[in-house]
Amino acid sequence: MENHSALVLIELGAVFLGLGILGRLAGRIGLSPIPLYLIGGLFFGQGGFVELDGLEEFSEIASEIGVILLLLLLGLEYTAGELVTGLKQSWMAGVLDILLNFLPGAIVALMLGWGGVGALVLGGVTYISSSGIIAKVLTDLGRLGNRETPVILSLLVFEDLAMAIYLPILTTVLAGVSFAGGLQAVGVSLVVVTIVLVIALRFGRTVSAIVDSKDREVFLLTLIGGALLVAGFAAAMQVSAAVGAFLLGIAISGATATNATRLLEPLRDLFAAIFFVVFGLNTDPATIPPVLGYALLLAAITAATKVATGWWAAKRQGVGKLGRARAGAALIARGEFSIVIAGLAVASGAITDELAALATAYVLLMAVLGPVAARLAEPAMRLVLRMTPQPA
Amino acid sequence: MKVEETPLPGIGVRKDIVTASGRRIGTVTQRGGETELIVSRADDPDACLASIPLTAEEASALGNLLGSHEIVAQLTEDHRDLPGVNTRQFLIDVDSPYDGRKLGDTKMRTRTSVSLVAVLRRGQVQASPTPDFTLAAGDLLVAVGTSEGLDAAAEILSGG
Repeated sequence: MENHSALVLIELGAVFLGLGILGRLAGRIGLSPIPLYLIGGLFFGQGGFVELDGLEEFSEIASEIGVILLLLLLGLEYTAGELVTGLKQSWMAGVLDILLNFLPGAIVALMLGWGGVGALVLGGVTYISSSGIIAKVLTDLGRLGNRETPVILSLLVFEDLAMAIYLPILTTVLAGVSFAGGLQAVGVSLVVVTIVLVIALRFGRTVSAIVDSKDREVFLLTLIGGALLVAGFAAAMQVSAAVGAFLLGIAISGATATNATRLLEPLRDLFAAIFFVVFGLNTDPATIPPVLGYALLLAAITAATKVATGWWAAKRQGVGKLGRARAGAALIARGEFSIVIAGLAVASGAITDELAALATAYVLLMAVLGPVAARLAEPAMRLVLRMTPQPA
Repeated sequence: MKVEETPLPGIGVRKDIVTASGRRIGTVTQRGGETELIVSRADDPDACLASIPLTAEEASALGNLLGSHEIVAQLTEDHRDLPGVNTRQFLIDVDSPYDGRKLGDTKMRTRTSVSLVAVLRRGQVQASPTPDFTLAAGDLLVAVGTSEGLDAAAEILSGG
Protein backbone atom coordinates (compact mmCIF):
# COMPACT_ATOMS: atom_id res chain seq x y z
CA MET A 1 0.00 0.00 0.00
CA GLU A 2 2.76 2.38 0.96
CA ASN A 3 4.59 1.56 -2.22
CA HIS A 4 1.46 2.29 -4.17
CA SER A 5 0.97 5.77 -2.73
CA ALA A 6 4.66 6.48 -3.17
CA LEU A 7 4.32 5.59 -6.83
CA VAL A 8 1.24 7.80 -7.22
CA LEU A 9 3.04 10.72 -5.58
CA ILE A 10 6.03 10.30 -7.85
CA GLU A 11 3.82 10.08 -10.92
CA LEU A 12 1.76 13.12 -9.92
CA GLY A 13 4.85 15.10 -9.12
CA ALA A 14 6.39 14.21 -12.47
CA VAL A 15 3.20 15.20 -14.28
CA PHE A 16 2.93 18.57 -12.53
CA LEU A 17 6.63 19.29 -13.02
CA GLY A 18 6.23 18.44 -16.68
CA LEU A 19 3.24 20.78 -16.93
CA GLY A 20 5.20 23.51 -15.21
CA ILE A 21 7.94 23.19 -17.80
CA LEU A 22 5.38 23.20 -20.61
CA GLY A 23 3.67 26.26 -19.11
CA ARG A 24 6.98 28.08 -18.93
CA LEU A 25 7.66 27.18 -22.55
CA ALA A 26 4.19 28.42 -23.53
CA GLY A 27 4.80 31.74 -21.77
CA ARG A 28 8.17 32.09 -23.51
CA ILE A 29 6.63 31.84 -26.97
CA GLY A 30 3.47 33.74 -26.04
CA LEU A 31 1.15 30.74 -26.32
CA SER A 32 -1.77 29.59 -24.23
CA PRO A 33 -0.62 26.62 -22.12
CA ILE A 34 -3.81 24.66 -22.90
CA PRO A 35 -2.58 23.05 -26.16
CA LEU A 36 0.69 22.08 -24.48
CA TYR A 37 -1.19 20.48 -21.56
CA LEU A 38 -3.22 18.47 -24.06
CA ILE A 39 -0.07 17.36 -25.83
CA GLY A 40 1.40 16.49 -22.45
CA GLY A 41 -1.62 14.29 -21.79
CA LEU A 42 -1.38 12.66 -25.21
CA PHE A 43 2.27 11.91 -24.59
CA PHE A 44 1.46 9.90 -21.47
CA GLY A 45 -1.29 7.42 -20.91
CA GLN A 46 -3.35 5.36 -23.29
CA GLY A 47 -1.35 4.63 -26.43
CA GLY A 48 1.21 7.24 -25.45
CA PHE A 49 4.85 6.74 -24.69
CA VAL A 50 4.52 6.20 -20.96
CA GLU A 51 1.65 4.48 -19.21
CA LEU A 52 0.69 5.94 -15.85
CA ASP A 53 -0.82 3.51 -13.36
CA GLY A 54 -2.74 4.18 -10.18
CA LEU A 55 -3.57 7.80 -11.01
CA GLU A 56 -7.03 7.15 -12.40
CA GLU A 57 -9.00 7.53 -9.20
CA PHE A 58 -7.43 10.82 -8.20
CA SER A 59 -7.20 12.28 -11.66
CA GLU A 60 -10.82 11.48 -12.47
CA ILE A 61 -12.28 13.39 -9.52
CA ALA A 62 -9.62 16.10 -9.82
CA SER A 63 -10.48 16.73 -13.46
CA GLU A 64 -14.17 16.93 -12.56
CA ILE A 65 -13.33 19.54 -9.93
CA GLY A 66 -11.32 21.26 -12.67
CA VAL A 67 -14.43 21.58 -14.82
CA ILE A 68 -16.49 22.86 -11.88
CA LEU A 69 -13.87 25.50 -11.05
CA LEU A 70 -13.54 26.55 -14.71
CA LEU A 71 -17.28 27.19 -14.85
CA LEU A 72 -17.50 28.73 -11.37
CA LEU A 73 -14.86 31.29 -12.29
CA LEU A 74 -16.54 31.93 -15.61
CA GLY A 75 -19.72 32.75 -13.68
CA LEU A 76 -17.77 34.97 -11.28
CA GLU A 77 -16.27 36.89 -14.19
CA TYR A 78 -19.53 38.53 -15.15
CA THR A 79 -22.09 40.20 -12.92
CA ALA A 80 -25.77 39.49 -13.54
CA GLY A 81 -26.17 43.08 -14.70
CA GLU A 82 -23.44 42.63 -17.31
CA LEU A 83 -25.08 39.45 -18.53
CA VAL A 84 -28.43 41.16 -18.97
CA THR A 85 -27.02 44.21 -20.78
CA GLY A 86 -24.78 41.94 -22.83
CA LEU A 87 -27.82 39.93 -23.84
CA LYS A 88 -29.76 43.05 -24.77
CA GLN A 89 -26.96 44.67 -26.74
CA SER A 90 -25.52 41.73 -28.57
CA TRP A 91 -28.30 39.20 -29.04
CA MET A 92 -28.32 39.65 -32.81
CA ALA A 93 -24.58 39.16 -33.09
CA GLY A 94 -24.94 36.32 -30.57
CA VAL A 95 -27.50 34.50 -32.71
CA LEU A 96 -25.33 34.98 -35.80
CA ASP A 97 -22.42 33.58 -33.78
CA ILE A 98 -24.41 30.43 -32.98
CA LEU A 99 -25.56 29.94 -36.58
CA LEU A 100 -22.14 30.51 -38.16
CA ASN A 101 -20.06 28.56 -35.67
CA PHE A 102 -22.29 25.78 -34.35
CA LEU A 103 -23.46 24.60 -37.76
CA PRO A 104 -20.04 23.78 -39.31
CA GLY A 105 -19.21 21.42 -36.44
CA ALA A 106 -22.68 19.89 -36.47
CA ILE A 107 -22.62 19.37 -40.24
CA VAL A 108 -19.18 17.75 -40.24
CA ALA A 109 -20.31 15.41 -37.44
CA LEU A 110 -23.38 14.41 -39.46
CA MET A 111 -21.24 13.91 -42.58
CA LEU A 112 -18.99 11.56 -40.62
CA GLY A 113 -22.04 9.60 -39.53
CA TRP A 114 -21.84 10.45 -35.83
CA GLY A 115 -25.55 11.15 -35.59
CA GLY A 116 -27.52 13.80 -33.72
CA VAL A 117 -25.60 13.41 -30.46
CA GLY A 118 -22.27 13.77 -32.26
CA ALA A 119 -23.58 16.85 -34.07
CA LEU A 120 -24.68 18.45 -30.80
CA VAL A 121 -21.26 17.81 -29.26
CA LEU A 122 -19.07 18.89 -32.18
CA GLY A 123 -21.27 21.93 -32.84
CA GLY A 124 -20.70 23.02 -29.25
CA VAL A 125 -16.95 22.44 -29.59
CA THR A 126 -16.68 24.67 -32.68
CA TYR A 127 -19.11 27.30 -31.33
CA ILE A 128 -17.63 28.31 -28.00
CA SER A 129 -14.68 30.70 -28.06
CA SER A 130 -12.12 30.58 -25.29
CA SER A 131 -12.82 33.57 -23.07
CA GLY A 132 -9.67 32.73 -21.09
CA ILE A 133 -7.34 32.88 -24.09
CA ILE A 134 -9.12 35.91 -25.58
CA ALA A 135 -9.08 38.01 -22.42
CA LYS A 136 -5.36 37.28 -22.05
CA VAL A 137 -4.61 38.16 -25.68
CA LEU A 138 -6.53 41.44 -25.43
CA THR A 139 -4.66 42.38 -22.27
CA ASP A 140 -1.26 41.34 -23.64
CA LEU A 141 -1.74 43.25 -26.88
CA GLY A 142 -2.87 46.37 -24.98
CA ARG A 143 -6.27 46.39 -26.61
CA LEU A 144 -8.44 46.93 -23.53
CA GLY A 145 -9.00 50.56 -24.52
CA ASN A 146 -9.90 49.74 -28.10
CA ARG A 147 -13.39 50.42 -29.38
CA GLU A 148 -13.92 46.89 -30.67
CA THR A 149 -13.04 45.32 -27.33
CA PRO A 150 -16.49 45.79 -25.70
CA VAL A 151 -17.98 44.17 -28.82
CA ILE A 152 -15.76 41.11 -28.37
CA LEU A 153 -16.47 40.93 -24.65
CA SER A 154 -20.23 41.15 -25.01
CA LEU A 155 -20.15 38.34 -27.58
CA LEU A 156 -18.25 36.26 -25.03
CA VAL A 157 -20.90 37.13 -22.45
CA PHE A 158 -23.58 35.93 -24.83
CA GLU A 159 -21.69 32.69 -25.46
CA ASP A 160 -21.46 32.06 -21.75
CA LEU A 161 -25.21 32.43 -21.33
CA ALA A 162 -25.68 30.13 -24.29
CA MET A 163 -23.45 27.61 -22.47
CA ALA A 164 -25.79 27.74 -19.47
CA ILE A 165 -28.62 26.59 -21.72
CA TYR A 166 -26.51 24.24 -23.84
CA LEU A 167 -24.76 22.22 -21.15
CA PRO A 168 -27.94 20.91 -19.46
CA ILE A 169 -29.30 19.91 -22.87
CA LEU A 170 -26.03 18.17 -23.69
CA THR A 171 -26.03 16.33 -20.36
CA THR A 172 -29.57 15.01 -20.84
CA VAL A 173 -28.98 14.02 -24.45
CA LEU A 174 -25.71 12.29 -23.54
CA ALA A 175 -27.58 10.41 -20.83
CA GLY A 176 -29.65 8.91 -23.65
CA VAL A 177 -32.89 10.73 -22.91
CA SER A 178 -35.44 10.96 -25.70
CA PHE A 179 -36.12 14.06 -27.81
CA ALA A 180 -39.05 14.95 -25.57
CA GLY A 181 -36.77 14.59 -22.57
CA GLY A 182 -34.30 16.89 -24.30
CA LEU A 183 -37.00 19.50 -24.79
CA GLN A 184 -37.91 19.21 -21.13
CA ALA A 185 -34.27 19.82 -20.26
CA VAL A 186 -34.30 22.96 -22.38
CA GLY A 187 -37.40 24.15 -20.52
CA VAL A 188 -35.95 23.35 -17.11
CA SER A 189 -32.60 25.00 -17.84
CA LEU A 190 -34.25 28.13 -19.26
CA VAL A 191 -36.38 28.46 -16.12
CA VAL A 192 -33.43 27.78 -13.80
CA VAL A 193 -31.16 30.27 -15.59
CA THR A 194 -33.87 32.93 -15.47
CA ILE A 195 -34.52 32.34 -11.77
CA VAL A 196 -30.80 32.53 -10.97
CA LEU A 197 -30.44 35.75 -12.98
CA VAL A 198 -33.38 37.31 -11.14
CA ILE A 199 -32.00 36.19 -7.78
CA ALA A 200 -28.56 37.52 -8.72
CA LEU A 201 -30.00 40.86 -9.86
CA ARG A 202 -32.30 41.33 -6.86
CA PHE A 203 -30.53 39.51 -4.07
CA GLY A 204 -26.96 39.33 -5.36
CA ARG A 205 -25.79 41.16 -2.26
CA THR A 206 -27.49 38.73 0.08
CA VAL A 207 -26.00 35.73 -1.70
CA SER A 208 -22.59 37.40 -1.66
CA ALA A 209 -22.97 38.27 2.02
CA ILE A 210 -23.75 34.63 2.86
CA VAL A 211 -20.57 33.27 1.23
CA ASP A 212 -18.36 36.24 2.04
CA SER A 213 -15.93 36.15 4.92
CA LYS A 214 -13.01 38.29 5.99
CA ASP A 215 -11.07 35.18 6.86
CA ARG A 216 -9.42 33.82 3.71
CA GLU A 217 -9.53 30.24 4.86
CA VAL A 218 -13.21 30.35 5.80
CA PHE A 219 -14.03 32.12 2.54
CA LEU A 220 -12.17 29.54 0.47
CA LEU A 221 -13.81 26.59 2.20
CA THR A 222 -17.27 28.17 1.92
CA LEU A 223 -16.77 28.85 -1.78
CA ILE A 224 -15.46 25.40 -2.64
CA GLY A 225 -18.03 23.70 -0.42
CA GLY A 226 -20.86 25.71 -1.94
CA ALA A 227 -19.68 25.09 -5.49
CA LEU A 228 -19.27 21.34 -5.03
CA LEU A 229 -22.65 21.04 -3.27
CA VAL A 230 -24.49 23.01 -5.94
CA ALA A 231 -22.65 21.10 -8.69
CA GLY A 232 -23.41 17.78 -7.08
CA PHE A 233 -27.11 18.53 -6.65
CA ALA A 234 -27.28 19.85 -10.22
CA ALA A 235 -25.68 16.64 -11.45
CA ALA A 236 -28.12 14.55 -9.41
CA MET A 237 -30.98 16.44 -11.06
CA GLN A 238 -29.41 15.84 -14.50
CA VAL A 239 -28.83 19.59 -15.04
CA SER A 240 -25.02 19.22 -15.41
CA ALA A 241 -22.67 19.84 -12.52
CA ALA A 242 -20.76 22.47 -14.47
CA VAL A 243 -23.84 24.63 -15.00
CA GLY A 244 -24.66 24.49 -11.30
CA ALA A 245 -21.23 25.94 -10.53
CA PHE A 246 -21.58 28.52 -13.30
CA LEU A 247 -24.91 29.75 -11.92
CA LEU A 248 -23.50 29.96 -8.40
CA GLY A 249 -20.71 32.10 -9.85
CA ILE A 250 -23.23 34.45 -11.44
CA ALA A 251 -25.16 34.80 -8.18
CA ILE A 252 -22.03 35.98 -6.36
CA SER A 253 -21.29 39.58 -7.27
CA GLY A 254 -19.37 42.75 -6.51
CA ALA A 255 -16.29 42.80 -4.30
CA THR A 256 -17.05 39.27 -3.10
CA ALA A 257 -16.77 38.03 -6.69
CA THR A 258 -13.48 39.85 -7.25
CA ASN A 259 -12.00 38.43 -4.05
CA ALA A 260 -13.33 34.96 -4.84
CA THR A 261 -11.72 35.08 -8.28
CA ARG A 262 -8.39 36.08 -6.82
CA LEU A 263 -8.57 33.28 -4.26
CA LEU A 264 -9.75 30.55 -6.62
CA GLU A 265 -7.63 31.31 -9.67
CA PRO A 266 -4.58 29.27 -8.61
CA LEU A 267 -6.81 26.34 -7.65
CA ARG A 268 -8.61 26.54 -10.96
CA ASP A 269 -5.31 26.59 -12.85
CA LEU A 270 -4.15 23.50 -10.97
CA PHE A 271 -7.31 21.45 -11.38
CA ALA A 272 -8.01 22.63 -14.92
CA ALA A 273 -4.47 21.57 -15.88
CA ILE A 274 -5.26 18.10 -14.51
CA PHE A 275 -8.50 18.14 -16.50
CA PHE A 276 -6.71 18.95 -19.76
CA VAL A 277 -4.07 16.32 -19.12
CA VAL A 278 -6.65 13.68 -18.26
CA PHE A 279 -8.53 14.51 -21.44
CA GLY A 280 -5.29 14.09 -23.37
CA LEU A 281 -4.49 10.90 -21.42
CA ASN A 282 -7.79 9.34 -22.43
CA THR A 283 -7.24 10.17 -26.08
CA ASP A 284 -5.16 7.69 -28.00
CA PRO A 285 -2.69 9.70 -30.12
CA ALA A 286 -2.99 7.06 -32.85
CA THR A 287 -6.61 8.14 -33.42
CA ILE A 288 -5.62 11.70 -34.35
CA PRO A 289 -3.89 11.36 -37.76
CA PRO A 290 -6.99 9.84 -39.47
CA VAL A 291 -9.17 12.83 -38.40
CA LEU A 292 -6.52 15.51 -38.87
CA GLY A 293 -7.82 16.44 -42.32
CA TYR A 294 -11.28 17.11 -40.91
CA ALA A 295 -9.79 19.06 -38.02
CA LEU A 296 -7.91 21.29 -40.48
CA LEU A 297 -11.04 21.75 -42.58
CA LEU A 298 -13.11 22.67 -39.51
CA ALA A 299 -10.35 24.96 -38.28
CA ALA A 300 -10.27 26.85 -41.58
CA ILE A 301 -14.07 27.15 -41.82
CA THR A 302 -14.72 28.13 -38.22
CA ALA A 303 -11.83 30.59 -38.19
CA ALA A 304 -13.48 32.31 -41.14
CA THR A 305 -16.94 32.20 -39.55
CA LYS A 306 -15.68 33.68 -36.27
CA VAL A 307 -13.97 36.47 -38.22
CA ALA A 308 -17.26 37.08 -40.04
CA THR A 309 -19.15 37.19 -36.72
CA GLY A 310 -16.71 39.64 -35.15
CA TRP A 311 -16.55 41.75 -38.31
CA TRP A 312 -20.33 42.07 -38.48
CA ALA A 313 -20.75 42.78 -34.75
CA ALA A 314 -18.01 45.44 -34.76
CA LYS A 315 -19.40 47.06 -37.89
CA ARG A 316 -22.78 47.40 -36.21
CA GLN A 317 -21.09 49.37 -33.41
CA GLY A 318 -19.54 51.76 -35.91
CA VAL A 319 -16.01 50.38 -35.63
CA GLY A 320 -13.69 50.89 -38.63
CA LYS A 321 -12.28 48.17 -40.89
CA LEU A 322 -9.06 47.61 -38.94
CA GLY A 323 -11.05 47.26 -35.73
CA ARG A 324 -13.48 44.85 -37.38
CA ALA A 325 -10.59 42.65 -38.49
CA ARG A 326 -9.14 42.75 -34.97
CA ALA A 327 -12.50 41.83 -33.43
CA GLY A 328 -13.00 38.94 -35.83
CA ALA A 329 -9.54 37.49 -35.41
CA ALA A 330 -9.61 37.83 -31.63
CA LEU A 331 -12.65 35.56 -31.45
CA ILE A 332 -10.99 32.65 -33.30
CA ALA A 333 -9.39 31.03 -30.24
CA ARG A 334 -11.15 27.94 -28.91
CA GLY A 335 -9.90 26.29 -25.78
CA GLU A 336 -11.01 25.27 -22.33
CA PHE A 337 -14.76 25.17 -22.92
CA SER A 338 -14.52 23.17 -26.14
CA ILE A 339 -12.56 20.61 -24.16
CA VAL A 340 -15.14 20.77 -21.34
CA ILE A 341 -17.86 19.89 -23.86
CA ALA A 342 -15.81 17.11 -25.46
CA GLY A 343 -14.82 15.87 -22.00
CA LEU A 344 -18.46 15.58 -20.87
CA ALA A 345 -19.23 13.67 -24.05
CA VAL A 346 -16.30 11.30 -23.62
CA ALA A 347 -17.15 10.66 -19.97
CA SER A 348 -20.69 9.66 -20.92
CA GLY A 349 -19.41 7.10 -23.38
CA ALA A 350 -22.09 8.17 -25.86
CA ILE A 351 -19.68 9.23 -28.59
CA THR A 352 -16.98 7.56 -30.64
CA ASP A 353 -13.28 7.86 -29.89
CA GLU A 354 -12.85 9.55 -33.26
CA LEU A 355 -14.95 12.50 -32.11
CA ALA A 356 -12.75 12.98 -29.05
CA ALA A 357 -9.68 12.78 -31.30
CA LEU A 358 -11.14 15.32 -33.72
CA ALA A 359 -12.07 17.66 -30.85
CA THR A 360 -8.53 17.37 -29.45
CA ALA A 361 -6.89 18.08 -32.79
CA TYR A 362 -9.29 20.95 -33.43
CA VAL A 363 -8.67 22.64 -30.08
CA LEU A 364 -4.91 22.13 -30.46
CA LEU A 365 -5.10 23.98 -33.78
CA MET A 366 -7.43 26.75 -32.64
CA ALA A 367 -5.75 27.47 -29.32
CA VAL A 368 -2.50 28.05 -31.21
CA LEU A 369 -4.01 29.75 -34.26
CA GLY A 370 -6.26 32.11 -32.25
CA PRO A 371 -3.62 34.26 -30.53
CA VAL A 372 -1.45 34.27 -33.67
CA ALA A 373 -4.38 35.42 -35.81
CA ALA A 374 -5.27 38.11 -33.26
CA ARG A 375 -1.74 39.47 -33.60
CA LEU A 376 -1.58 39.29 -37.39
CA ALA A 377 -5.09 40.55 -38.21
CA GLU A 378 -4.16 44.22 -38.10
CA PRO A 379 -1.02 44.14 -40.28
CA ALA A 380 -2.83 41.85 -42.71
CA MET A 381 -5.75 44.24 -42.92
CA ARG A 382 -3.40 47.17 -43.47
CA LEU A 383 -1.87 45.30 -46.39
CA VAL A 384 -5.32 44.68 -47.84
CA LEU A 385 -6.27 48.31 -47.43
CA ARG A 386 -2.83 49.43 -48.65
CA MET A 387 -2.46 51.51 -45.53
CA THR A 388 0.96 52.26 -44.18
CA PRO A 389 1.17 52.69 -40.44
CA GLN A 390 1.53 56.38 -39.80
CA PRO A 391 3.65 57.75 -37.04
CA ALA A 392 1.35 58.69 -34.21
CA MET B 1 -17.42 67.86 -22.44
CA LYS B 2 -18.90 64.39 -22.49
CA VAL B 3 -17.10 61.58 -20.73
CA GLU B 4 -18.15 58.33 -22.31
CA GLU B 5 -18.36 55.34 -19.98
CA THR B 6 -18.22 51.90 -21.58
CA PRO B 7 -18.51 48.76 -19.46
CA LEU B 8 -16.00 46.03 -20.32
CA PRO B 9 -17.72 42.87 -19.08
CA GLY B 10 -15.43 40.72 -17.00
CA ILE B 11 -12.66 43.31 -17.04
CA GLY B 12 -13.78 46.71 -15.80
CA VAL B 13 -14.75 50.00 -17.32
CA ARG B 14 -13.38 52.35 -19.98
CA LYS B 15 -13.89 56.08 -19.63
CA ASP B 16 -12.80 58.39 -22.41
CA ILE B 17 -13.30 61.76 -24.01
CA VAL B 18 -12.79 62.80 -27.61
CA THR B 19 -10.55 65.84 -27.78
CA ALA B 20 -10.94 68.78 -30.16
CA SER B 21 -8.06 67.33 -32.19
CA GLY B 22 -10.03 64.13 -32.67
CA ARG B 23 -8.08 61.90 -30.27
CA ARG B 24 -9.72 59.63 -27.78
CA ILE B 25 -8.07 59.97 -24.36
CA GLY B 26 -9.13 58.22 -21.22
CA THR B 27 -8.63 55.43 -18.75
CA VAL B 28 -9.34 51.74 -18.48
CA THR B 29 -9.93 50.73 -14.88
CA GLN B 30 -9.87 47.04 -14.16
CA ARG B 31 -11.91 45.37 -11.42
CA GLY B 32 -8.93 45.08 -9.12
CA GLY B 33 -8.37 48.86 -9.40
CA GLU B 34 -5.46 48.79 -11.89
CA THR B 35 -5.73 51.87 -14.08
CA GLU B 36 -4.33 52.43 -17.54
CA LEU B 37 -4.06 55.69 -19.41
CA ILE B 38 -5.16 55.21 -23.01
CA VAL B 39 -4.54 57.39 -26.05
CA SER B 40 -6.05 56.53 -29.40
CA ARG B 41 -4.05 56.23 -32.64
CA ALA B 42 -4.23 59.04 -35.14
CA ASP B 43 -4.75 56.81 -38.19
CA ASP B 44 -7.08 54.36 -36.43
CA PRO B 45 -9.19 56.01 -33.72
CA ASP B 46 -10.62 52.63 -32.64
CA ALA B 47 -7.22 51.40 -31.53
CA CYS B 48 -4.87 52.62 -28.83
CA LEU B 49 -1.47 54.08 -29.48
CA ALA B 50 -0.53 53.37 -25.92
CA SER B 51 -2.03 52.02 -22.76
CA ILE B 52 0.15 52.99 -19.87
CA PRO B 53 -0.35 51.34 -16.50
CA LEU B 54 -0.56 53.91 -13.70
CA THR B 55 -0.35 53.39 -9.96
CA ALA B 56 -2.95 55.23 -7.85
CA GLU B 57 -0.33 57.83 -6.96
CA GLU B 58 0.78 58.34 -10.54
CA ALA B 59 -2.81 58.70 -11.69
CA SER B 60 -3.58 61.32 -9.08
CA ALA B 61 -0.32 63.15 -9.78
CA LEU B 62 -1.14 63.22 -13.49
CA GLY B 63 -4.65 64.44 -12.71
CA ASN B 64 -3.14 67.22 -10.58
CA LEU B 65 -0.68 68.23 -13.29
CA LEU B 66 -3.46 68.55 -15.82
CA GLY B 67 -5.88 70.10 -13.33
CA SER B 68 -3.36 72.71 -12.20
CA HIS B 69 -3.08 74.14 -15.66
CA GLU B 70 -5.82 76.68 -15.15
CA ILE B 71 -4.78 77.83 -11.69
CA VAL B 72 -1.11 78.28 -12.72
CA ALA B 73 -2.09 80.21 -15.82
CA GLN B 74 -4.21 82.49 -13.66
CA LEU B 75 -1.38 83.10 -11.16
CA THR B 76 1.16 83.75 -13.90
CA GLU B 77 -1.23 86.23 -15.39
CA ASP B 78 -1.62 87.93 -11.99
CA HIS B 79 2.14 88.26 -11.49
CA ARG B 80 2.96 89.33 -15.00
CA ASP B 81 3.62 92.88 -13.97
CA LEU B 82 5.89 91.86 -11.10
CA PRO B 83 9.29 91.05 -12.57
CA GLY B 84 11.17 88.25 -10.80
CA VAL B 85 8.07 86.60 -9.35
CA ASN B 86 7.39 83.15 -10.72
CA THR B 87 4.86 80.39 -10.26
CA ARG B 88 6.06 76.84 -10.05
CA GLN B 89 4.56 73.46 -9.19
CA PHE B 90 6.06 70.81 -6.95
CA LEU B 91 4.98 67.22 -6.75
CA ILE B 92 5.25 65.46 -3.40
CA ASP B 93 7.11 62.28 -4.27
CA VAL B 94 6.69 58.95 -2.48
CA ASP B 95 10.19 59.36 -1.07
CA SER B 96 9.71 62.99 -0.11
CA PRO B 97 10.45 63.50 3.60
CA TYR B 98 7.20 65.49 3.85
CA ASP B 99 4.92 62.67 2.70
CA GLY B 100 2.52 62.39 5.65
CA ARG B 101 3.83 65.50 7.45
CA LYS B 102 2.24 68.87 8.00
CA LEU B 103 2.76 71.73 5.61
CA GLY B 104 3.98 73.88 8.54
CA ASP B 105 6.87 71.44 9.06
CA THR B 106 8.47 72.62 5.80
CA LYS B 107 8.87 76.16 7.26
CA MET B 108 8.81 77.17 3.65
CA ARG B 109 8.00 80.83 4.17
CA THR B 110 10.81 81.37 6.71
CA ARG B 111 13.43 79.40 4.81
CA THR B 112 12.76 80.50 1.23
CA SER B 113 10.17 83.31 1.39
CA VAL B 114 8.17 81.26 -1.10
CA SER B 115 4.36 81.23 -0.71
CA LEU B 116 2.49 77.99 -1.13
CA VAL B 117 -0.77 79.25 -2.58
CA ALA B 118 -2.60 76.01 -3.36
CA VAL B 119 -2.46 72.24 -3.06
CA LEU B 120 -4.03 70.00 -5.66
CA ARG B 121 -5.15 66.56 -4.57
CA ARG B 122 -7.20 64.14 -6.67
CA GLY B 123 -8.25 66.95 -8.95
CA GLN B 124 -9.51 69.07 -6.03
CA VAL B 125 -7.95 72.44 -5.32
CA GLN B 126 -7.19 73.41 -1.74
CA ALA B 127 -6.59 77.16 -1.93
CA SER B 128 -4.36 78.84 0.69
CA PRO B 129 -3.59 75.69 2.69
CA THR B 130 -3.02 76.27 6.41
CA PRO B 131 0.20 75.12 8.16
CA ASP B 132 -1.63 72.13 9.70
CA PHE B 133 -2.52 70.75 6.25
CA THR B 134 -1.10 67.20 6.03
CA LEU B 135 0.78 66.50 2.83
CA ALA B 136 0.61 63.19 1.02
CA ALA B 137 2.49 61.66 -1.88
CA GLY B 138 0.88 62.68 -5.15
CA ASP B 139 -0.07 66.17 -3.90
CA LEU B 140 0.87 69.00 -6.21
CA LEU B 141 1.93 72.25 -4.52
CA VAL B 142 1.55 75.52 -6.39
CA ALA B 143 4.17 77.98 -5.19
CA VAL B 144 4.89 81.63 -5.90
CA GLY B 145 8.30 83.25 -5.32
CA THR B 146 11.60 84.30 -6.80
CA SER B 147 13.60 81.88 -8.95
CA GLU B 148 16.18 81.34 -6.19
CA GLY B 149 13.50 80.86 -3.59
CA LEU B 150 11.69 78.32 -5.74
CA ASP B 151 14.92 76.40 -6.37
CA ALA B 152 15.49 76.23 -2.63
CA ALA B 153 11.89 75.11 -2.12
CA ALA B 154 12.41 72.26 -4.58
CA GLU B 155 15.48 71.15 -2.59
CA ILE B 156 13.57 71.18 0.67
CA LEU B 157 10.58 69.24 -0.63
CA SER B 158 12.62 66.51 -2.25
CA GLY B 159 15.42 66.11 0.26
CA GLY B 160 14.45 67.95 3.44
